[in-house]
Amino acid sequence: MPTVPPDLLDGVRDVMPLHLGIVPFGLVAGVAAVEQGLSIFHAIGFSTIVFAGASQLAMIELLGADAPLAIVVGTAVVVNLRMLMYSASIAPYFRDFAARSKTIASYLLTDQAYALSLARYGEDGRTDRFAYYVGVAASLWVVWQISTIAGAFLGAGLPPEWGFEFAAPLVFLALLVPALKDRASAASGLVGGLVAVAVVAAGVPFHLDIIVAAIVGVGAGLAVESLGGDA
Amino acid sequence: MPTSYDATTVWGVIVVAGVLTFAIRGSFVYLFGRIDEVPPQVQSALEYVPAAVFAALVFPAIIVPEGAVSLSLGNERLVAGTLAAIAAWYTERVFVTIVVGMGALWVLRFVV
Repeated sequence: MPTVPPDLLDGVRDVMPLHLGIVPFGLVAGVAAVEQGLSIFHAIGFSTIVFAGASQLAMIELLGADAPLAIVVGTAVVVNLRMLMYSASIAPYFRDFAARSKTIASYLLTDQAYALSLARYGEDGRTDRFAYYVGVAASLWVVWQISTIAGAFLGAGLPPEWGFEFAAPLVFLALLVPALKDRASAASGLVGGLVAVAVVAAGVPFHLDIIVAAIVGVGAGLAVESLGGDA
Repeated sequence: MPTSYDATTVWGVIVVAGVLTFAIRGSFVYLFGRIDEVPPQVQSALEYVPAAVFAALVFPAIIVPEGAVSLSLGNERLVAGTLAAIAAWYTERVFVTIVVGMGALWVLRFVV
């Protein structure tokens, strides 16, 4: 029997507390898909092919609102842009991986896998990097799939008057709060949020609110940063 | 509101978004050796994307629930969302945020 690399088990053990954290998120992603008229297979498709919760949820909401498809996809790209930073910052540790391992590692890259792996690589230079990463990232993948599927089955039976569609913005709220880590990011959140409100209230067509708010909000963050508001 | 798009169109969206998301994740992993880092200005900009994007996904959902701005206590989503925001601030946990937000919504809707 092949032995499991110890670093892989370390990865699984380190990420376990975060498994519980993504379960409600995955449930909401499954429930939301069904509530917006998508099938359980679509919910599974989103979770396996896209595998990026916040963007899945944003796309599901926009599809439910019949937004233009370019806006749906464009919004997903904007929501996932932060992973460009993760890719750049973890790339040096992946440089010696075989091509197939690079593909697997890229596909599995998430906020949690990035944060835990980078911390481990920094403190222990002898880690089997791929094994540890797979322990973290693949176990997250499994938990994500199970919770999305469970949510999709659950969603079919939820009474509409309970308003479970409100769970989606609550998930985004839980993601927003830790992102407000300094004055500049707080400015970018506040401005982004208010711009989105203005765009929606003004009845601007095509659901452009998230993309416009992202551009203006990032601009506000950069402006505050250049004024020296880092504290 | 259920979507009006047919099943095949939704699959198209899933595949295109999946390919683009993979390209973002794999970008620097594959380019390493040719492009090793994000230019500092781009990096600063990317740091502010999550705050701006997540706020844009939250604010309209609680402030403009029916298409018009509503800042009154009669807006159940605004009240529930504010309580959930306080929970998120102190616990930073998705589960607690959802429980507080949904719980508050149900109290306002079925009890008050």
